[in-house]
Amino acid sequence: MTLAVSTSVEPETQIDQVIVKASDINVFYGDKQALYTVSLHVPQNKVTALIGPSGCGKTTFLKCINRMNDLIDICRVEGEILVGDQDIYAPAVDVVALRAHIGMVFQKPNPFPKSIFDNVAYGLRIHNIATSKTELADRVESSLRSAALWEEVKDRLDQPGTSLSGGQQQRLCIARAIAIQPKIILMDEPASALDPIATAKIEELIDDLRQNYTIIIVTHSMQQAARVSQYTAFFHMGELVEHGKTKSIFTAPNDERTQNYITGRIG
Amino acid sequence: MTDTFTKRTPHLARRHAREIRFQWLGKIAISIAVGFLLIMVGTISWMGAGALKQTQISLQVYLDPQEIDTSAVEKADYGAMVKTALRATFPEVKKRRDTRKLYKLLSSQAAFGLQRQIKENPDLIGQTKSVWFIASDDVDMFFKANITVDTNGNAGKLDEKQVQWLATLDKSGAVRSRFNTGFFLSGDSREPELAGILSAFAGTTLTLFVCFLLSFPIGILAAVYLEEFIPENRWSDLIEVNINNLAAVPSIVFGLLGLAVFLNAFDLPRSSPLVGGMVLALMTLPTIIIASRSALRSVPPSIREAALGIGATRTQMVFHHVAPLAMSGMLTGTIIGMARALGETAPLLMIGMVAFIVDTPTSILQPATALPVQIFLWADSPERGFLEKTSAAIIVLIAFLIAMNLIAIILRNKYRQRF
Amino acid sequence: MTTHQRLSLTRTIPLRARVYETLVHLLLLTSSLVAVGVTIGIVFSLAFEAFEFFKRVPVEDFLFGLEWSPQTAIREDQVGAQGSFGAVPLITGTLLISAIAMIVATPLGLASAVYLSEYAGPRTRAVVKPVLEILAGIPTVVYGFFAALVIAPFIRMAGTSAGLEVASESALAAGLAMGIMIVPLISSLSDDVINAVPQALRDASYGLGATQSETIRKVILPAAISGIAGSLLLAASTAIGETMIVVMAAGLAANLSANPLEAVTTITVQIVSLLTGDQEFDSAKTLSAFALGLLLFFVTLALNVAAQRIVKHYREQYD
Repeated sequence: MTLAVSTSVEPETQIDQVIVKASDINVFYGDKQALYTVSLHVPQNKVTALIGPSGCGKTTFLKCINRMNDLIDICRVEGEILVGDQDIYAPAVDVVALRAHIGMVFQKPNPFPKSIFDNVAYGLRIHNIATSKTELADRVESSLRSAALWEEVKDRLDQPGTSLSGGQQQRLCIARAIAIQPKIILMDEPASALDPIATAKIEELIDDLRQNYTIIIVTHSMQQAARVSQYTAFFHMGELVEHGKTKSIFTAPNDERTQNYITGRIG
Repeated sequence: MTDTFTKRTPHLARRHAREIRFQWLGKIAISIAVGFLLIMVGTISWMGAGALKQTQISLQVYLDPQEIDTSAVEKADYGAMVKTALRATFPEVKKRRDTRKLYKLLSSQAAFGLQRQIKENPDLIGQTKSVWFIASDDVDMFFKANITVDTNGNAGKLDEKQVQWLATLDKSGAVRSRFNTGFFLSGDSREPELAGILSAFAGTTLTLFVCFLLSFPIGILAAVYLEEFIPENRWSDLIEVNINNLAAVPSIVFGLLGLAVFLNAFDLPRSSPLVGGMVLALMTLPTIIIASRSALRSVPPSIREAALGIGATRTQMVFHHVAPLAMSGMLTGTIIGMARALGETAPLLMIGMVAFIVDTPTSILQPATALPVQIFLWADSPERGFLEKTSAAIIVLIAFLIAMNLIAIILRNKYRQRF
Repeated sequence: MTTHQRLSLTRTIPLRARVYETLVHLLLLTSSLVAVGVTIGIVFSLAFEAFEFFKRVPVEDFLFGLEWSPQTAIREDQVGAQGSFGAVPLITGTLLISAIAMIVATPLGLASAVYLSEYAGPRTRAVVKPVLEILAGIPTVVYGFFAALVIAPFIRMAGTSAGLEVASESALAAGLAMGIMIVPLISSLSDDVINAVPQALRDASYGLGATQSETIRKVILPAAISGIAGSLLLAASTAIGETMIVVMAAGLAANLSANPLEAVTTITVQIVSLLTGDQEFDSAKTLSAFALGLLLFFVTLALNVAAQRIVKHYREQYD
């Protein structure tokens, strides 16, 4: 693992190991440019929040990291993203293998129309991770425990995932993502469709997961960013305006635009 | 983790191989369906192309003034004149059995052609004239190389002698192949070389005309009522389900309805385009209603609100503002429904439109047949010559269908509403 | 102007206009009742004639009888004058041919639908979809002609060279042609159904590192299964009611057999053969066609109603 050396941008990141290194990322949807030369270092085993007004490019950037943008025909990505020391846009990279290491949780809970058990087992099965039935069951259980859902669903694993409440569904989706033990989990506004109580549970869970995973979370809510993240990156109109420790971004932003956003003048 | 994202584990390689195989399944399925279509249309076109050509044989005919009464030209025995001319061409043929074989080279109706010529031009009487006659079905097939000469010198129904005569005629330039106008300009016949599609075509046109006159107004009025007037309740649901189901009722059941109600209860004329059109109209109705309703639904509510806002009644709003905007969609739906009706055969069989019709029907009450039924009838005939006629009739039917669909597409594109 | 002019809000529409509105209403109502009237007409006319038939032949003999040989008596006292009217061989024949058609059409239609909705680019779709529509638009009499003229002899030849005995009007030939005919029906209905599966489920699967085919087989198809079942039911109903292909390519004689290489006859073939040509309207032979028609109507109706319910329910699930 390489140590962070981006001294010019943020001296404090030196103490953390960097896992994702994005350099000069430009993204185009057809003729429209969505991201302008974004460079960002994401530290390992920390929660990094991507904030900014709607349409600022934060979700676009998130989807570059596991190449979900590949699914959009007209989308074109320029630049380099290193995960560890590998360029994930290199021609030899297999997106299937890549996405097995970089999980994703979406804005709206999207459990498969299958049983709770099969939802969590899906990734394990396609990647052939569990060698036996008992191992499969064990891994499903530990994933559900990690997602703080086990106690609530252990008696009804065979019921459809869609029968759960919204918050439970989202935790099921998190369990499904961590079942295959990715290194990084990308979260795209994971609590925006949930009520405050369910949101609190998800935030608590994110904090717990930090021990084992690197989390990058897109959020609309600045309070949420302040609560769950250690690092924050502020995007505005396709540009990365500012990036640093959450505390310093929220208390002493360097850029006027950041200042305006966190005080509610743009957004 | 230096190569985590690029290393192809055997398991991963297997998954990618499965992906490729899966894509091929789709490609193969589409190729089979498209390939079948190409083979079917190709085979039928290839078989039907022959029907556009007709073999004719030229003979020197002496138009004996003693045989032809100038005041009643059509009464003369032209058949005898043709036979005389044939014997004159092959003077060596003497035996009764052989002369009969000789006569079989020409269509049994060959004399009618001669009669027509004389009627048009009575000055020819008294001259010896070279006249082209339609060859018989077997001869036609022989020259189109659909049948070949076997080791005994026979070719299909033609025997050795007939084949030799034909060779003699061919050598002297008395055989020619011409565009078969008769196929388009004459009605059905028991003789394949004379059979044409005009009567069936006219029957189809009359039937579709009746079908349109009934189904179009009823269909769009019903759609207007269901979409614009009726409140949404149990009854409207029932009507909706009813119409959807009616669209999926087998067509033959509509034929049974026509037979029981129109023919037996109302005593309408059997085999007539009137009854055929009525049955097809009932069948087409659900298609038109469904298409018209979706056309009405695509008219934005703002237009309705604007009309009502300036004090129009509901009826005025619908007929002055909404329906005209939906008209192209409703017409398109009607044409598509009619195109389906055009190809329908089974219900017409039920109401007796399978009759052998030579004359072209001129009214909707006369017995008639329709193009698809004609295809069915010819396909059932054993003569070799009907095979190419069937195929050619299919090509005409498909061309008719394509034309109707093209009209629908053009209508849709021309009047596409830009709301 | 100082006096308030009172706005007239009560009806001031002249009588003529009111009469006109009422007449238009009546006309519209009558038109939409035609559609309902057709259904009632079908049920009553079929039921009426079928009732006449069941006066002569008991219902149970018709539904469970194993022999079908409709005959008209030449003399009143003739032995076996009534013929036999057991519909079982017709039902099995219909089911055999429809089953062959479904076996052909289901994989072809589904695979085409999956490829067109998930893999094909807009250009391929723009070419293939209209071609499939042409396949759906070709009149069935053409399929019947092709089945009798090309497919049946081909199967017979292939079968004979493999040492099998193949009837010249084998169920297989009719079933194959019918199968191709319903491919576009299945593919277009399934295409709609597959497109209705939310993109979120695809994203979830890709996000977990699934390949496209894994996503299709393990997520999309299971999610769309009820909608697909509905479209298959509709296709089966079409196959059962199809007439011209079987009239031209299937057999005429009733045959209780499940062998696709033998000739079997179907309900629709018998209706056509009983009712073409002149017929007297009170013989059991003619009336039996209406009993068959009634049977056909109810079977297809049941399938259609079931299919529409399933599809409607499916659509509501993802709305």
